[in-house]
Amino acid sequence: MSAAHAFLQRLGERADDEPTWVAARRQAGAARFEALGFPTKRDEAWKYTDVRRIAEGEFTLADDAELDEARFAALGMPLDAHRLVFVDGVFSTALSDLTDLPDGVSVEPLTTAMRTNHEAIGGAIGRLAGVDFSPFTALNVALSEEGAVVRIGQGVVVEKPIYVVFASRANESARMSHPRVLVMAGARSQSTVIEHYAGEAGAANFTNVVSEVMLERGAIVDHYKLQEASSEDLHVASIHVEQGRDSRFTSFNLNLGGALVRTDLVTDLNAQGAETNYNGLFFVQGRQHVDNHTLVNHNAPNTFSNENYKGILNDRARGVFNGKVIVKRDSQQIEAYQNNANLLLSDRAEIDTKPELEIYADDVKCSHGATTGQLDEEAVFALRTRGIDEQMARGLLTLAFAGEVMDQVRLPVITERVERAVAGKLPERFNLADLVEVSDALEEA
Amino acid sequence: MLEVKDLHVTVEGSEILKGLNLTVNPGEVHALMGPNGAGKSTLSAVIAGKDGYEVTSGEILFEGKNLLEMEIEERALAGILLGFQYPVEIPGVKNIYLLKAALNAQRVARGEEEIPAPEFMKLVREQLSFMKMDGSFLQRAVNEGFSGGEKKRNEILQMLVLQPKLAMLDEIDSGLDIDAMKVVAEGINSLRNADRAILMVTHYQRLLEHIVPDRVHVLVDGRIVKSGDKELANELEARGYEWVLEESAA
Repeated sequence: MSAAHAFLQRLGERADDEPTWVAARRQAGAARFEALGFPTKRDEAWKYTDVRRIAEGEFTLADDAELDEARFAALGMPLDAHRLVFVDGVFSTALSDLTDLPDGVSVEPLTTAMRTNHEAIGGAIGRLAGVDFSPFTALNVALSEEGAVVRIGQGVVVEKPIYVVFASRANESARMSHPRVLVMAGARSQSTVIEHYAGEAGAANFTNVVSEVMLERGAIVDHYKLQEASSEDLHVASIHVEQGRDSRFTSFNLNLGGALVRTDLVTDLNAQGAETNYNGLFFVQGRQHVDNHTLVNHNAPNTFSNENYKGILNDRARGVFNGKVIVKRDSQQIEAYQNNANLLLSDRAEIDTKPELEIYADDVKCSHGATTGQLDEEAVFALRTRGIDEQMARGLLTLAFAGEVMDQVRLPVITERVERAVAGKLPERFNLADLVEVSDALEEA
Repeated sequence: MLEVKDLHVTVEGSEILKGLNLTVNPGEVHALMGPNGAGKSTLSAVIAGKDGYEVTSGEILFEGKNLLEMEIEERALAGILLGFQYPVEIPGVKNIYLLKAALNAQRVARGEEEIPAPEFMKLVREQLSFMKMDGSFLQRAVNEGFSGGEKKRNEILQMLVLQPKLAMLDEIDSGLDIDAMKVVAEGINSLRNADRAILMVTHYQRLLEHIVPDRVHVLVDGRIVKSGDKELANELEARGYEWVLEESAA
């Protein structure tokens, strides 16, 4: 029995009261996945990422969302937000908070959305990321059950962030989940959506998520993916974005945890004036492996993309960055900028970086670059001569390296979280929050 | 306070300091002069603990303790501060972060509480205006995009905030115009007191018109060949180094 076939055994565990068309879609996903099988290093897109740990793993689907408040509090962020919580992929009513949603906004678990509005949701879901993108999206289509559906009406400005938490428990046996996230941002709406993957220590589950974000004319969406799974969790994510005229999408892909993490981020800029910004930060250590594949399709003239990914790698960690920008024929007056900078904190850490530009138009402004370096030892020395111990000096300079990306983050609680993770993991005593306060006091003075 | 005894230092296999002796007492300002390549900057680098300098023999005592066995940051916490000839740019680390982290490192090392934010701000603002720097410097990354003069003022600002026992200034006058020189010199002069020692490394006598040293040493080929008071600096300015070389060869 192939690894792919073993995964699909779980299909049989499904409730069989699903509508025929849903079952048909599952079958299509299953057939596609079985035909493709798990990717191997012979596949160009998976050249540096070995998924055998997933393929050879044994995972079951969770059937409960039990997680008490205290355990959840240790994972979630204290955010004033509209909150949806999934525990090993299962929706938790108890931990979610969807009171006081503004008019024109709906935030629901997928199963509810499908029940109440199955035509709209059923038509949208899978439109950007169906069975063909990768074996993992096909597997997701076959096995997905739950997820988050966010719909924002025309012109609605959602003040609070929409906070979707995927909690991974330390289970006795490994679980898998195949969640979907669907964000439909109406014309001229404004919103912030956070996907937070948080894992308990020792959790060794497999998450295979597919997110679709659709921005209508003039919509503005800030999308955060904060990945803080345990160092044994396996995580594959595929994020697909479609942008209408004059819309603006800003992605923050902040990756701190996980044993094996692969994220694909794809944006189609389909109409004039659409702008996408990719901000990425990954901090990996031990034997963590993180792979970011990004793609921007400039399908229309007068579109703009700006990408800045920073990688910090310690110990024997491994990173992959593949950033591709495609400018279609007749997509004139394009601006596309891409940068990937990596910081190696150890001789044994490794990064494979590949920026790619494919340009089929002539009136474009594009640039791309990739750099890899170490901490500036002169700067380490200079800080130490001021009495700052070596670990702290290195932590400070590492934070500084991440600064360019983190300065763009508009949610202080996330900034703090990332900074503490980066600085804390590089053991250091530097009280950053305190200094931020001083800085703020100074600005007020 | 500082005793350098028969110090021999090798850099990449060649001997730069060849038996240097120097004693600096609290309250004194010493100027170390000499032609290029004499080893002036090597001495301050070795005292600060920079990599790549091998001490083959001799010793350095600071307040009676063996300095060469101390980590770089331990030397700083013991009260030694080096003002760099070429201050390093540290992108992404704000000046204010550095000042507070450094000051708190000192306080923690002395077993004191970290400085409360308002007190810290008051202190920094005072010293900033003394150095004729505006508040924006605090929010800027350390030395990034600073002019030569601004970098040097920033070094002195750090000294004023950190109040070292021994302030070492490596060619602090290089790259300064006359106005910046005056501000820097005022800053250094304000550091002078009965408990603090200052060791200046300089190529030119110019700086010493603003900061009058108690002792002047001429370093030639890795050794101090002549010491005197401030008059020695004037003589060097008038006559160059040749006569000292001849005198020491004789």
